[in-house]
Formats: sequence, structure tokens, C-alpha cells
Amino acid sequence: MSETKNPAPPTNPETEMFWKAASEGRFILRKCTACGKPHWYPRAICPFCFSDKTEWQDASGRGTIYSYSVTRRAAEPYVIAYVTLEEGPTMMTNIVDCDSKKLAIGQKVRLVFKPAAAGPPLPYFRPA
Amino acid sequence: MTRKASAYIAGAFEHPTRKAPDKSVAQLHAEVAIGALEDAGLTKHDVDGYFCAGDAPGTGPLSMVDYMNLRLRHVDSTNIGGSSYLLHVAHAAEAIAAGKCDVALITLAGRPRSQGAERGIAPRRDNPVQPDFEWEHAFGLTTLNTYGMCAMRHMYEFGTTSEQLAWIKVAASHHAQHNPNAMLRNVVTVEDVINSPMVADPLHRLDSCVVSDGGGALIVVKPEIARSLKRPLIKIIGTGEAVRGQLGGAVDITTSAAVWSGATAFAEAGVTAADIKYASIYDSFTITVLMQIEDLGFCEKGRGGEFVSGGNLIAGVGRLPFNTDGGGLCNNHPANRGGMTKAIEAVRQLRGEAHPAVQVKNCALALANGIGGQLGTRHGSATLILERE
Ligand SMILES: [Zn+2]
Repeated sequence: MSETKNPAPPTNPETEMFWKAASEGRFILRKCTACGKPHWYPRAICPFCFSDKTEWQDASGRGTIYSYSVTRRAAEPYVIAYVTLEEGPTMMTNIVDCDSKKLAIGQKVRLVFKPAAAGPPLPYFRPA
Repeated sequence: MTRKASAYIAGAFEHPTRKAPDKSVAQLHAEVAIGALEDAGLTKHDVDGYFCAGDAPGTGPLSMVDYMNLRLRHVDSTNIGGSSYLLHVAHAAEAIAAGKCDVALITLAGRPRSQGAERGIAPRRDNPVQPDFEWEHAFGLTTLNTYGMCAMRHMYEFGTTSEQLAWIKVAASHHAQHNPNAMLRNVVTVEDVINSPMVADPLHRLDSCVVSDGGGALIVVKPEIARSLKRPLIKIIGTGEAVRGQLGGAVDITTSAAVWSGATAFAEAGVTAADIKYASIYDSFTITVLMQIEDLGFCEKGRGGEFVSGGNLIAGVGRLPFNTDGGGLCNNHPANRGGMTKAIEAVRQLRGEAHPAVQVKNCALALANGIGGQLGTRHGSATLILERE
């Protein structure tokens, strides 16, 4: 996975700030100032209270593995995962720079940006 | 809560093909339509409502209505993946109750096996404009690994084991041995399943459904027409539909939308899971079955592993005979969408037309549940409760 670069995600006006921050090595989350909750994936409209008073906030990049699966039927096996961020929301990612046999749900992980085939880098996680 | 007016499933047909390199998708749709109409004792000219989903070629119902040259009063192409056709039965019953149509035709067909589509393995070719695509596609999300994550989390939360999941495949294989059309007719053991190659941890190859060509169709009619036909009266007494996703980031992938669609359907039917004699449960993977069984209330949440063990899903052996045609795990999974065949086998059981080796005695009440999309990201669930009158 670390050798094969994944395709760059398409971007749109609603989320381009996330990818701009990622290019600068910053991991940001979208949070609602009306109900106070951060959410994932980032949206202009809060999925909890429908307020449009949402803004970006810096995130810690710390989290724990919620679930994962090693995809064996691939040119290079890789680990898809959901990681629950310290701030609350759970996001889809890959666990990289790891021995897939030693992973566990609940394990602490830390965000690492890695280049995509083109465009901004992608947010991955590796064992903390 | 009881339905004020109901409708009946008068026709059901499953295409016998499992590989159709010499037919078009539209042709398969028309062939299953003919089969279901013949089964009901109706003709093309009786159809005044048509229902199809994402497998129908063209924009919604437009191309297939034109291909079959139907003259209709009502169309519906709600697409919630493989569970669409169970939802269509519900919507057809609603349309009939509202007087919008009298004879509804629902079709499903596809040929992913001939076309060589490996949907489970390849990253999904979803629409880049859909809002979730940006946050998932680049990480190599596939159908296989999203269900793998569900199984992994279920094992973590509830102690479910690979051996318990394997029992689901074992039960399906016991049923498939009696189905001459089934793709996999060999009876397998728990050891066979857990010794098959791991494809997306903790799921093995034999935890996964088959890829097949084929299709199926249903005819839903108003009560007066049902009573005029020569077929057993299979009444739709409860329906439910629900969509569930990542909940704004409060992700919970060990519970499916069946927890909502099932509750709605049971409340409407006025029966409980304990009353159900036979269940068709969508079986894209073994974990899919396990989660639905829990969420529909056949056992307590988290106890599904114990429930399915020891042959409890095998007809004539266990408490809850399921997928007596062999299901998606062994029989077929036409167009990678298994909801249609779930309804068809439930109708066979209620009519007493299942294979004698798997026919449930006095089967007067059955349930069919479908999951469409992906349990691990976002999916639809549709529940049908059917009664032989
Ligand atoms: Zn809010």
C-alpha cells in the first residue's frame, strides 16, 4: 500500500478546504457551532441539526481502530479500516506502515498524510 | 396498525439460467415477466403497473416499458440495490390500495457472470458526484472488505466466531443439494468454510455469495383479481423499508436497517418473529444473514452466532428454515441483487411448492428480508411478511 499510490479523490467547492489543508499537512474536521458537534464526512450542513453554521477546526489526528479488514484479493494486500477520532467521529481510511497480523480493534493510531497518484495527499493512519 | 387494504402475490418466476452469454439483459427481463405472468394465469395486457430497479437497462423504467411495449397507469423504479424488489412488492401493494394499478409486474435480471464483472473484488465504480465517494473510494473500498469490517466488529463486540458464521453457509448448502438449478450443490462442512481462502478478513471465500446471471419476476394484484385466479392466495400483511448509513460519523456497523424495517413490518402484520415459519434472509455474505436475524428479532442482539449454530437454519432440523433454494450463498445471485429470489422462495414455501426435501410443513407465515448497498457504509433494508390465506 505504501508503494502503490491511490487515486486522488475528486474535490468540490464544499470540501476543497479539507484538501487544501491536507496539502499543507494539516488535518481538519468540520464542526457545527449551533449544536457543537463535529461530524464525518465533512459537510456544509450539519447532519445532526441541519444548521448551516458549520466551520473547520484543527483535529488531533489521534484515534483508535473501530474495525478493519485485510483485503487479500488485491495486487498488494491492504488494510481498510474505520478509525474513531479522539474528537468523536469515525472515518474510513487505510492503516499503513503496519504488520496487518498485529492489528486489533481498539488499537491507538495516528494520522499520516501520504501522496496520492495526483492532487492532494490522503489521510491514512498508522499504529501510534 | 393493521393494513386497511391488502394485495396478493399471484405470480412468481425465477429464471433457470445461471449463465446467459447468448441473451441480452432486456431479453432476460422480458423472459422473467412472461414466466411470472404464466405462473399467475395473466397476460401482458393485464399489467398496468411496472416496477424495476438499477439492473433494468436504461433510465428508470423507460427502456424496459418500451421494450416490452406495456401500456401502464403506474411506474416505480426506486433503487435501493439488491433489496429493491422486496420494497417494490410493498410499493405495489400501496399503489394497488390507492387504486393506481391492479396488476403490478416487478422484474429483475442481469448477467454479471457473462460480463465478467467482479463487483466484490474491484473497487466500486460509484458516481464521483455522490457525496461519500470522495472519502471512501481512494481507500480501496470494495463490497468484500466493507462486509469484512462488519464481521470483524461483530466478532469484537459479541464474540461471534468464524465457525458460527460458517454454519450459515452449511445450512444453505444442505438446501442447495436439492435444487437442480443451484450453482453450488455440494454439501459443505464448517471446516470446509473456514479452510477456504481468506478473501477479506475475517471472511472466507465460502462466506461469500456466488456470481450468476439470471433474474426473476413477481406479479402483485388486487384482492378481487387474486381470488379470480387459480393460484394459492399469498397475502402481503406487513411491509417495512429503511435506509441506514454512517450516521454523521456515529458509525455502528453491527446493526442493519433491518432493525427499523423489520419493526415496522411486524407491527403492521400484528405478528412477531416467533410466529414466522420460514424466512428468506438476504445472504450476500454469512455476516449479512447473522445481522439481519438479530435485527429482525429472531434472537437477542449479539446472540446470532449461537442461534445459527448446529443447523438451526436447516429445514426439517432447525427452528428457522432459511433460504431453502440455497440462497445467494449456493443457488444464484442474479445481477448481484438477491432480493427478488428471496421473495420468490418465500412464495414457494407458502404455496407448498418448495422442493419436498425442504418444504416447511404448514407454512402459513413467512418473512423475506433484503439488504441493498453495503452494510458497512450505507444500505437499504426491505422487509415483507406474507401469509397464506
Ligand atoms: Zn449541528
